[in-house]
Amino acid sequence: MKDWQANKLMPGAIIPKSGTAREYKTGGWRSKAPKWNEEKCKQCLICWISCPEGAILVKDGKVRGIDMDYCKGCGICATECPFDVIKMVEG
Amino acid sequence: MKIMSKKRIVATTGNGAVAEAMRQINPDILSIYPITPQTAIVEGFSKFAANGLVDTECVTVESEHSSMSNCIGASAAGARVMTATSSQGLALMHEMLYIASGMRLPIAMFNVNRALSAPINIHCDHSDSMGARDTSWIQLYSEDAQEAYDNTIQAIRIAENRKVLLPVMVNMDGFIISHGIQKAEFIEDEKVKNFVGEREPFMPLLDIDNPVTYGPFDGLGGFFMEHKKNQADAMERAKSVILEVADEFAKISGRKYGFFEEYMLDDAEVAIVTLNSSAGTTRHVVDELRAKGVPVGLLKLRVFRPFPAEELVNALKHLKAVAVLDRALSFGSVGPLFSEVKATLFDLEVRPKVINFIYGLGGREYTLQDAKRAFDVLMDVAKTGKVKKTFDYLGLKEVEVLT
Repeated sequence: MKDWQANKLMPGAIIPKSGTAREYKTGGWRSKAPKWNEEKCKQCLICWISCPEGAILVKDGKVRGIDMDYCKGCGICATECPFDVIKMVEG
Repeated sequence: MKIMSKKRIVATTGNGAVAEAMRQINPDILSIYPITPQTAIVEGFSKFAANGLVDTECVTVESEHSSMSNCIGASAAGARVMTATSSQGLALMHEMLYIASGMRLPIAMFNVNRALSAPINIHCDHSDSMGARDTSWIQLYSEDAQEAYDNTIQAIRIAENRKVLLPVMVNMDGFIISHGIQKAEFIEDEKVKNFVGEREPFMPLLDIDNPVTYGPFDGLGGFFMEHKKNQADAMERAKSVILEVADEFAKISGRKYGFFEEYMLDDAEVAIVTLNSSAGTTRHVVDELRAKGVPVGLLKLRVFRPFPAEELVNALKHLKAVAVLDRALSFGSVGPLFSEVKATLFDLEVRPKVINFIYGLGGREYTLQDAKRAFDVLMDVAKTGKVKKTFDYLGLKEVEVLT
Protein backbone atom coordinates (compact mmCIF):
# COMPACT_ATOMS: atom_id res chain seq x y z
CA MET A 1 0.00 0.00 0.00
CA LYS A 2 2.91 2.34 -0.73
CA ASP A 3 0.84 4.30 -3.24
CA TRP A 4 -2.00 4.88 -0.77
CA GLN A 5 -3.46 8.39 -0.72
CA ALA A 6 -6.00 9.88 1.65
CA ASN A 7 -8.69 10.03 -1.03
CA LYS A 8 -8.50 6.27 -1.55
CA LEU A 9 -10.96 5.37 1.16
CA MET A 10 -10.60 2.21 3.20
CA PRO A 11 -13.59 0.83 5.16
CA GLY A 12 -13.66 2.33 8.64
CA ALA A 13 -11.20 5.07 7.64
CA ILE A 14 -8.35 2.64 8.22
CA ILE A 15 -5.02 4.02 7.05
CA PRO A 16 -3.08 1.11 5.51
CA LYS A 17 0.22 2.19 7.04
CA SER A 18 1.58 3.21 10.42
CA GLY A 19 3.39 6.24 11.83
CA THR A 20 1.26 8.67 9.87
CA ALA A 21 1.19 11.24 12.69
CA ARG A 22 4.65 12.30 11.50
CA GLU A 23 3.06 13.62 8.31
CA TYR A 24 0.63 15.79 10.23
CA LYS A 25 2.50 18.76 11.68
CA THR A 26 0.78 20.06 14.76
CA GLY A 27 3.10 22.98 15.64
CA GLY A 28 0.49 25.37 14.29
CA TRP A 29 -1.72 24.68 17.34
CA ARG A 30 0.80 26.54 19.54
CA SER A 31 0.01 29.84 21.18
CA LYS A 32 3.17 29.99 23.34
CA ALA A 33 6.61 28.61 22.48
CA PRO A 34 9.37 27.23 24.69
CA LYS A 35 12.63 29.18 24.63
CA TRP A 36 15.57 26.99 25.61
CA ASN A 37 18.80 28.42 26.99
CA GLU A 38 21.47 26.06 25.67
CA GLU A 39 24.34 27.58 27.70
CA LYS A 40 22.65 27.14 31.10
CA CYS A 41 21.23 23.67 30.28
CA LYS A 42 22.61 20.93 32.57
CA GLN A 43 21.52 18.20 30.13
CA CYS A 44 19.47 16.32 32.76
CA LEU A 45 17.01 15.30 29.96
CA ILE A 46 13.98 15.75 32.24
CA CYS A 47 12.34 17.86 29.50
CA TRP A 48 12.92 15.02 27.04
CA ILE A 49 11.24 12.50 29.35
CA SER A 50 8.37 14.87 30.11
CA CYS A 51 7.48 16.07 26.60
CA PRO A 52 4.27 14.27 25.52
CA GLU A 53 4.98 15.01 21.85
CA GLY A 54 8.59 13.79 21.64
CA ALA A 55 9.45 17.28 20.42
CA ILE A 56 12.70 17.62 22.42
CA LEU A 57 15.48 16.83 19.94
CA VAL A 58 18.21 14.71 21.49
CA LYS A 59 21.36 13.43 19.82
CA ASP A 60 24.26 11.59 21.48
CA GLY A 61 22.59 11.96 24.88
CA LYS A 62 22.29 15.72 24.67
CA VAL A 63 19.42 18.12 24.05
CA ARG A 64 20.03 19.85 20.72
CA GLY A 65 16.84 21.85 20.33
CA ILE A 66 13.06 21.70 20.14
CA ASP A 67 11.17 20.50 17.09
CA MET A 68 8.77 23.35 16.40
CA ASP A 69 6.94 21.34 13.71
CA TYR A 70 5.33 19.29 16.48
CA CYS A 71 5.68 21.33 19.72
CA LYS A 72 2.13 22.30 20.70
CA GLY A 73 3.35 24.78 23.33
CA CYS A 74 1.91 22.94 26.32
CA GLY A 75 4.70 24.21 28.60
CA ILE A 76 5.32 20.94 30.41
CA CYS A 77 9.05 21.17 29.63
CA ALA A 78 9.23 24.67 31.12
CA THR A 79 7.37 23.57 34.25
CA GLU A 80 9.45 20.42 34.74
CA CYS A 81 12.90 21.92 34.06
CA PRO A 82 14.62 22.00 37.49
CA PHE A 83 17.11 24.64 36.31
CA ASP A 84 14.67 27.08 34.77
CA VAL A 85 16.40 27.09 31.41
CA ILE A 86 13.17 26.71 29.39
CA LYS A 87 10.79 29.66 29.40
CA MET A 88 7.47 30.04 27.61
CA VAL A 89 7.34 33.09 25.34
CA GLU A 90 4.92 34.43 22.72
CA GLY A 91 5.05 32.53 19.40
CA MET B 1 -13.78 -27.47 22.65
CA LYS B 2 -16.03 -30.42 23.38
CA ILE B 3 -18.28 -31.37 20.47
CA MET B 4 -21.95 -32.29 20.84
CA SER B 5 -22.74 -34.14 17.66
CA LYS B 6 -26.46 -34.54 17.99
CA LYS B 7 -29.31 -32.25 17.07
CA ARG B 8 -31.21 -31.61 20.28
CA ILE B 9 -34.78 -30.53 20.97
CA VAL B 10 -34.79 -28.90 24.39
CA ALA B 11 -36.84 -26.86 26.80
CA THR B 12 -34.89 -23.68 27.33
CA THR B 13 -35.14 -20.03 28.27
CA GLY B 14 -34.30 -17.47 25.60
CA ASN B 15 -31.12 -16.64 27.51
CA GLY B 16 -30.18 -20.32 27.66
CA ALA B 17 -30.63 -20.63 23.91
CA VAL B 18 -28.42 -17.61 23.23
CA ALA B 19 -25.71 -18.88 25.59
CA GLU B 20 -25.85 -22.21 23.76
CA ALA B 21 -25.46 -20.47 20.40
CA MET B 22 -22.45 -18.60 21.79
CA ARG B 23 -20.92 -21.85 23.04
CA GLN B 24 -21.24 -23.35 19.59
CA ILE B 25 -19.82 -20.23 17.94
CA ASN B 26 -16.90 -20.34 20.40
CA PRO B 27 -15.83 -16.69 19.94
CA ASP B 28 -12.29 -15.51 20.74
CA ILE B 29 -13.50 -12.83 23.13
CA LEU B 30 -16.65 -12.33 25.20
CA SER B 31 -17.08 -9.00 26.99
CA ILE B 32 -18.99 -9.59 30.20
CA TYR B 33 -20.93 -7.12 32.29
CA PRO B 34 -24.11 -8.21 34.04
CA ILE B 35 -27.45 -6.48 33.61
CA THR B 36 -30.97 -7.78 34.05
CA PRO B 37 -32.51 -9.48 32.07
CA GLN B 38 -29.41 -10.33 30.00
CA THR B 39 -27.22 -11.62 32.85
CA ALA B 40 -28.16 -15.27 32.43
CA ILE B 41 -26.58 -15.26 28.96
CA VAL B 42 -23.08 -14.34 30.14
CA GLU B 43 -23.59 -16.35 33.33
CA GLY B 44 -24.46 -19.43 31.28
CA PHE B 45 -21.54 -18.83 28.97
CA SER B 46 -19.16 -18.36 31.93
CA LYS B 47 -20.12 -21.85 33.09
CA PHE B 48 -19.22 -23.24 29.68
CA ALA B 49 -15.89 -21.41 29.87
CA ALA B 50 -15.20 -22.59 33.42
CA ASN B 51 -15.94 -26.17 32.36
CA GLY B 52 -13.51 -25.91 29.46
CA LEU B 53 -16.20 -26.26 26.79
CA VAL B 54 -15.02 -23.17 24.91
CA ASP B 55 -11.70 -21.53 24.05
CA THR B 56 -13.07 -18.04 24.65
CA GLU B 57 -11.33 -15.43 26.75
CA CYS B 58 -14.06 -13.98 28.97
CA VAL B 59 -13.19 -10.39 29.81
CA THR B 60 -15.04 -9.07 32.85
CA VAL B 61 -15.16 -5.30 32.57
CA GLU B 62 -16.26 -2.49 34.89
CA SER B 63 -19.09 -1.06 32.78
CA GLU B 64 -20.89 -1.48 29.48
CA HIS B 65 -18.94 1.46 28.09
CA SER B 66 -15.79 -0.55 28.75
CA SER B 67 -17.48 -3.69 27.50
CA MET B 68 -18.06 -2.18 24.07
CA SER B 69 -14.59 -0.57 24.11
CA ASN B 70 -13.12 -4.01 24.75
CA CYS B 71 -15.13 -5.43 21.84
CA ILE B 72 -13.87 -2.64 19.58
CA GLY B 73 -10.21 -3.18 20.48
CA ALA B 74 -10.45 -6.95 20.17
CA SER B 75 -12.33 -6.80 16.88
CA ALA B 76 -9.81 -4.34 15.41
CA ALA B 77 -7.07 -6.73 16.52
CA GLY B 78 -8.76 -9.42 14.42
CA ALA B 79 -10.63 -11.48 17.01
CA ARG B 80 -14.16 -12.84 16.76
CA VAL B 81 -16.00 -10.83 19.38
CA MET B 82 -19.33 -11.10 21.16
CA THR B 83 -21.11 -9.49 24.08
CA ALA B 84 -24.60 -9.16 25.53
CA THR B 85 -26.49 -6.33 27.20
CA SER B 86 -29.87 -4.75 27.99
CA SER B 87 -31.47 -1.38 28.55
CA GLN B 88 -29.28 0.98 30.63
CA GLY B 89 -26.28 -1.07 29.56
CA LEU B 90 -26.95 -0.42 25.89
CA ALA B 91 -27.54 3.24 26.71
CA LEU B 92 -24.18 3.45 28.48
CA MET B 93 -22.52 1.90 25.41
CA HIS B 94 -24.15 4.45 23.14
CA GLU B 95 -21.13 6.52 22.06
CA MET B 96 -19.03 3.39 21.55
CA LEU B 97 -21.73 1.90 19.29
CA TYR B 98 -20.93 4.60 16.74
CA ILE B 99 -17.18 3.93 17.05
CA ALA B 100 -17.71 0.20 16.42
CA SER B 101 -19.76 0.77 13.28
CA GLY B 102 -17.74 3.77 12.08
CA MET B 103 -14.55 1.69 12.26
CA ARG B 104 -16.48 -1.04 10.43
CA LEU B 105 -15.81 -3.67 13.08
CA PRO B 106 -17.76 -6.92 13.05
CA ILE B 107 -19.12 -7.49 16.55
CA ALA B 108 -22.13 -9.65 17.41
CA MET B 109 -24.04 -8.38 20.42
CA PHE B 110 -27.15 -9.79 22.00
CA ASN B 111 -29.53 -7.20 23.41
CA VAL B 112 -32.33 -8.43 25.64
CA ASN B 113 -34.95 -5.71 25.26
CA ARG B 114 -35.78 -3.87 28.46
CA ALA B 115 -37.30 -0.49 29.29
CA LEU B 116 -35.14 2.48 30.23
CA SER B 117 -35.62 4.27 33.55
CA ALA B 118 -37.19 6.44 35.01
CA PRO B 119 -39.24 5.19 36.78
CA ILE B 120 -37.03 2.18 37.38
CA ASN B 121 -38.30 -0.80 35.48
CA ILE B 122 -36.56 -4.02 34.48
CA HIS B 123 -39.21 -5.39 32.12
CA CYS B 124 -39.59 -5.55 28.40
CA ASP B 125 -39.96 -2.77 25.92
CA HIS B 126 -37.93 -1.70 22.91
CA SER B 127 -36.77 1.73 24.07
CA ASP B 128 -33.21 0.45 24.33
CA SER B 129 -32.68 -0.86 20.81
CA MET B 130 -34.84 1.86 19.23
CA GLY B 131 -32.63 4.42 20.99
CA ALA B 132 -29.70 2.83 19.14
CA ARG B 133 -31.58 2.92 15.83
CA ASP B 134 -29.23 5.39 14.14
CA THR B 135 -25.92 3.95 15.33
CA SER B 136 -25.33 2.02 12.10
CA TRP B 137 -25.73 -1.37 13.78
CA ILE B 138 -27.64 -4.05 11.93
CA GLN B 139 -30.68 -4.95 14.06
CA LEU B 140 -32.34 -8.36 14.04
CA TYR B 141 -35.43 -9.14 16.13
CA SER B 142 -36.44 -12.56 17.47
CA GLU B 143 -39.91 -13.76 18.40
CA ASP B 144 -38.84 -16.64 20.63
CA ALA B 145 -35.88 -18.64 21.96
CA GLN B 146 -35.55 -20.51 18.66
CA GLU B 147 -35.24 -17.34 16.63
CA ALA B 148 -32.88 -15.79 19.19
CA TYR B 149 -30.63 -18.84 18.84
CA ASP B 150 -30.86 -18.85 15.03
CA ASN B 151 -30.29 -15.10 14.70
CA THR B 152 -27.24 -15.22 16.99
CA ILE B 153 -25.54 -17.79 14.76
CA GLN B 154 -26.40 -15.86 11.60
CA ALA B 155 -25.26 -12.54 13.12
CA ILE B 156 -21.61 -13.67 13.08
CA ARG B 157 -21.69 -14.39 9.35
CA ILE B 158 -23.51 -11.16 8.48
CA ALA B 159 -21.19 -8.95 10.55
CA GLU B 160 -17.96 -10.49 9.27
CA ASN B 161 -18.96 -10.56 5.61
CA ARG B 162 -16.41 -8.53 3.65
CA LYS B 163 -19.21 -6.66 1.83
CA VAL B 164 -20.73 -5.62 5.16
CA LEU B 165 -18.21 -5.25 8.03
CA LEU B 166 -20.76 -3.80 10.41
CA PRO B 167 -21.70 -4.79 13.95
CA VAL B 168 -24.93 -6.71 14.47
CA MET B 169 -27.35 -6.44 17.38
CA VAL B 170 -29.78 -9.31 17.92
CA ASN B 171 -32.82 -8.58 20.05
CA MET B 172 -35.41 -10.58 22.00
CA ASP B 173 -37.98 -9.57 24.57
CA GLY B 174 -36.77 -9.34 28.16
CA PHE B 175 -38.31 -11.86 30.61
CA ILE B 176 -41.17 -12.82 28.25
CA ILE B 177 -38.65 -14.68 26.08
CA SER B 178 -35.34 -14.34 27.95
CA HIS B 179 -36.74 -16.08 31.05
CA GLY B 180 -39.73 -17.98 29.66
CA ILE B 181 -39.12 -21.66 28.98
CA GLN B 182 -39.86 -22.69 25.41
CA LYS B 183 -39.10 -25.46 23.00
CA ALA B 184 -36.06 -24.94 20.82
CA GLU B 185 -33.99 -27.07 18.50
CA PHE B 186 -30.21 -26.84 18.71
CA ILE B 187 -28.17 -27.69 15.63
CA GLU B 188 -25.22 -30.08 15.84
CA ASP B 189 -22.00 -28.39 17.07
CA GLU B 190 -20.06 -29.45 14.01
CA LYS B 191 -22.58 -27.87 11.65
CA VAL B 192 -22.53 -24.56 13.53
CA LYS B 193 -18.73 -24.64 13.61
CA ASN B 194 -18.57 -25.13 9.86
CA PHE B 195 -21.27 -22.53 9.28
CA VAL B 196 -19.52 -19.75 11.20
CA GLY B 197 -16.03 -20.84 10.07
CA GLU B 198 -13.00 -18.81 11.07
CA ARG B 199 -12.99 -15.03 10.98
CA GLU B 200 -10.86 -13.66 8.16
CA PRO B 201 -10.19 -10.18 9.51
CA PHE B 202 -9.82 -7.22 7.17
CA MET B 203 -6.58 -5.32 7.93
CA PRO B 204 -6.32 -6.41 11.57
CA LEU B 205 -4.17 -4.43 13.99
CA LEU B 206 -2.22 -7.53 15.03
CA ASP B 207 -0.90 -8.14 11.50
CA ILE B 208 2.44 -6.60 12.44
CA ASP B 209 3.95 -7.20 9.00
CA ASN B 210 1.33 -4.88 7.53
CA PRO B 211 0.91 -2.12 10.09
CA VAL B 212 -2.28 -0.05 9.87
CA THR B 213 -3.78 2.91 11.69
CA TYR B 214 -7.29 2.65 13.18
CA GLY B 215 -9.39 5.60 14.29
CA PRO B 216 -7.58 8.53 12.66
CA PHE B 217 -8.74 12.15 12.64
CA ASP B 218 -10.70 13.20 9.56
CA GLY B 219 -11.67 16.87 9.74
CA LEU B 220 -12.84 19.71 7.53
CA GLY B 221 -10.50 19.12 4.61
CA GLY B 222 -10.95 15.35 4.80
CA PHE B 223 -13.39 12.66 3.76
CA PHE B 224 -15.66 12.22 6.77
CA MET B 225 -18.80 12.55 4.68
CA GLU B 226 -17.55 10.05 2.10
CA HIS B 227 -16.80 7.56 4.89
CA LYS B 228 -20.35 7.97 6.18
CA LYS B 229 -21.73 7.41 2.68
CA ASN B 230 -19.62 4.23 2.42
CA GLN B 231 -21.07 3.10 5.75
CA ALA B 232 -24.61 3.67 4.44
CA ASP B 233 -23.71 1.71 1.28
CA ALA B 234 -22.42 -1.17 3.41
CA MET B 235 -25.72 -1.17 5.30
CA GLU B 236 -27.53 -1.36 1.94
CA ARG B 237 -25.29 -4.25 0.82
CA ALA B 238 -26.12 -6.02 4.09
CA LYS B 239 -29.62 -6.64 2.74
CA SER B 240 -28.49 -9.18 0.17
CA VAL B 241 -25.94 -10.66 2.59
CA ILE B 242 -28.65 -11.18 5.23
CA LEU B 243 -30.69 -13.16 2.70
CA GLU B 244 -27.66 -15.17 1.49
CA VAL B 245 -26.75 -16.08 5.06
CA ALA B 246 -30.38 -17.01 5.76
CA ASP B 247 -30.42 -19.34 2.73
CA GLU B 248 -27.25 -21.06 3.88
CA PHE B 249 -28.60 -21.30 7.40
CA ALA B 250 -31.77 -22.97 6.13
CA LYS B 251 -29.59 -25.77 4.76
CA ILE B 252 -28.20 -26.67 8.19
CA SER B 253 -31.31 -25.93 10.23
CA GLY B 254 -34.34 -26.44 8.00
CA ARG B 255 -35.56 -23.04 9.19
CA LYS B 256 -35.99 -20.30 6.61
CA TYR B 257 -35.63 -16.62 7.43
CA GLY B 258 -36.15 -13.43 5.47
CA PHE B 259 -36.55 -9.75 6.28
CA PHE B 260 -39.93 -10.50 7.79
CA GLU B 261 -42.50 -13.23 8.25
CA GLU B 262 -45.89 -12.88 6.58
CA TYR B 263 -48.79 -14.68 8.24
CA MET B 264 -52.14 -14.94 6.42
CA LEU B 265 -51.21 -11.73 4.65
CA ASP B 266 -51.89 -12.56 0.99
CA ASP B 267 -55.68 -12.40 1.16
CA ALA B 268 -55.91 -10.14 4.21
CA GLU B 269 -57.62 -6.75 4.17
CA VAL B 270 -56.02 -5.49 7.35
CA ALA B 271 -52.83 -6.43 9.18
CA ILE B 272 -50.71 -5.78 12.23
CA VAL B 273 -46.99 -5.05 11.82
CA THR B 274 -44.94 -5.83 14.91
CA LEU B 275 -41.62 -6.98 16.35
CA ASN B 276 -40.58 -9.81 18.67
CA SER B 277 -42.82 -11.80 21.03
CA SER B 278 -46.04 -9.85 20.42
CA ALA B 279 -46.14 -11.62 17.04
CA GLY B 280 -47.02 -14.87 18.85
CA THR B 281 -50.03 -13.33 20.60
CA THR B 282 -51.10 -11.60 17.40
CA ARG B 283 -50.82 -14.81 15.35
CA HIS B 284 -53.12 -16.55 17.82
CA VAL B 285 -55.74 -13.82 17.40
CA VAL B 286 -55.33 -13.92 13.61
CA ASP B 287 -56.25 -17.62 13.77
CA GLU B 288 -59.28 -16.91 15.96
CA LEU B 289 -60.57 -14.13 13.72
CA ARG B 290 -59.86 -16.06 10.52
CA ALA B 291 -62.02 -18.90 11.89
CA LYS B 292 -64.86 -16.35 12.01
CA GLY B 293 -64.07 -15.22 8.47
CA VAL B 294 -62.44 -11.89 9.36
CA PRO B 295 -59.67 -11.13 6.78
CA VAL B 296 -56.78 -10.26 9.11
CA GLY B 297 -53.07 -10.89 8.81
CA LEU B 298 -49.71 -10.31 10.45
CA LEU B 299 -46.30 -9.08 9.36
CA LYS B 300 -43.52 -9.79 11.85
CA LEU B 301 -40.44 -7.75 11.06
CA ARG B 302 -37.13 -9.52 11.65
CA VAL B 303 -34.70 -7.03 10.12
CA PHE B 304 -35.19 -3.44 11.28
CA ARG B 305 -31.76 -2.17 10.17
CA PRO B 306 -31.20 -2.19 7.25
CA PHE B 307 -34.88 -1.32 6.80
CA PRO B 308 -36.38 -3.48 4.03
CA ALA B 309 -38.56 -0.66 2.67
CA GLU B 310 -39.17 -1.95 -0.85
CA GLU B 311 -40.05 -5.46 0.32
CA LEU B 312 -42.39 -4.09 3.01
CA VAL B 313 -44.25 -2.00 0.46
CA ASN B 314 -44.78 -5.06 -1.71
CA ALA B 315 -46.04 -7.08 1.24
CA LEU B 316 -48.43 -4.41 2.54
CA LYS B 317 -49.63 -2.48 -0.53
CA HIS B 318 -52.78 -4.55 -1.11
CA LEU B 319 -54.14 -3.94 2.39
CA LYS B 320 -56.88 -1.49 3.32
CA ALA B 321 -55.50 -0.72 6.76
CA VAL B 322 -52.33 -1.45 8.70
CA ALA B 323 -51.68 -1.07 12.44
CA VAL B 324 -48.06 -0.72 13.45
CA LEU B 325 -47.39 -1.83 17.01
CA ASP B 326 -44.60 0.00 18.80
CA ARG B 327 -43.13 -1.12 22.11
CA ALA B 328 -41.27 2.18 22.27
CA LEU B 329 -42.25 5.81 21.93
CA SER B 330 -40.44 8.74 20.42
CA PHE B 331 -41.75 11.31 22.86
CA GLY B 332 -43.18 14.32 21.07
CA SER B 333 -43.74 12.19 18.01
CA VAL B 334 -45.01 8.66 17.39
CA GLY B 335 -43.66 5.11 17.55
CA PRO B 336 -40.35 4.64 15.68
CA LEU B 337 -41.53 1.61 13.68
CA PHE B 338 -44.78 3.35 12.76
CA SER B 339 -43.15 6.48 11.41
CA GLU B 340 -40.89 4.40 9.21
CA VAL B 341 -43.57 2.03 7.90
CA LYS B 342 -45.92 4.92 7.20
CA ALA B 343 -43.22 6.91 5.39
CA THR B 344 -42.38 3.85 3.32
CA LEU B 345 -45.99 3.43 2.17
CA PHE B 346 -46.41 7.11 1.27
CA ASP B 347 -45.02 6.73 -2.26
CA LEU B 348 -47.83 4.38 -3.28
CA GLU B 349 -50.55 5.91 -5.46
CA VAL B 350 -53.18 4.00 -3.50
CA ARG B 351 -52.01 3.19 -0.03
CA PRO B 352 -53.41 1.54 3.09
CA LYS B 353 -54.45 3.68 6.03
CA VAL B 354 -51.78 3.32 8.70
CA ILE B 355 -52.36 3.66 12.42
CA ASN B 356 -50.09 3.36 15.41
CA PHE B 357 -50.60 1.56 18.71
CA ILE B 358 -48.15 1.95 21.54
CA TYR B 359 -48.23 -1.18 23.69
CA GLY B 360 -46.32 -3.05 26.35
CA LEU B 361 -44.15 -0.26 27.75
CA GLY B 362 -42.23 -1.36 30.84
CA GLY B 363 -43.42 -4.94 30.35
CA ARG B 364 -47.17 -4.15 30.35
CA GLU B 365 -48.78 -7.32 29.11
CA TYR B 366 -49.93 -7.44 25.48
CA THR B 367 -53.07 -9.53 25.74
CA LEU B 368 -55.30 -11.35 23.27
CA GLN B 369 -57.88 -8.64 23.99
CA ASP B 370 -55.36 -5.95 22.98
CA ALA B 371 -54.75 -7.67 19.65
CA LYS B 372 -58.49 -8.12 19.14
CA ARG B 373 -59.10 -4.45 19.85
CA ALA B 374 -56.41 -3.45 17.34
CA PHE B 375 -58.02 -5.67 14.68
CA ASP B 376 -61.49 -4.27 15.53
CA VAL B 377 -60.23 -0.74 14.95
CA LEU B 378 -58.53 -1.85 11.72
CA MET B 379 -61.68 -3.51 10.38
CA ASP B 380 -63.63 -0.34 11.18
CA VAL B 381 -61.05 1.74 9.25
CA ALA B 382 -61.22 -0.72 6.34
CA LYS B 383 -65.03 -0.55 6.28
CA THR B 384 -65.43 3.20 6.60
CA GLY B 385 -62.20 4.31 4.94
CA LYS B 386 -61.81 6.74 7.81
CA VAL B 387 -59.25 6.87 10.61
CA LYS B 388 -60.66 8.17 13.88
CA LYS B 389 -57.36 8.04 15.74
CA THR B 390 -53.97 7.68 14.07
CA PHE B 391 -52.17 7.25 17.36
CA ASP B 392 -53.40 5.31 20.39
CA TYR B 393 -52.33 3.06 23.24
CA LEU B 394 -53.19 -0.56 23.96
CA GLY B 395 -53.66 -1.79 27.52
CA LEU B 396 -53.57 1.64 29.11
CA LYS B 397 -55.04 1.86 32.64
CA GLU B 398 -57.67 4.45 33.55
CA VAL B 399 -55.89 6.81 35.92
CA GLU B 400 -56.19 10.33 37.19
CA VAL B 401 -53.07 12.34 36.42
CA LEU B 402 -52.27 15.16 38.84
CA THR B 403 -50.57 18.13 37.23
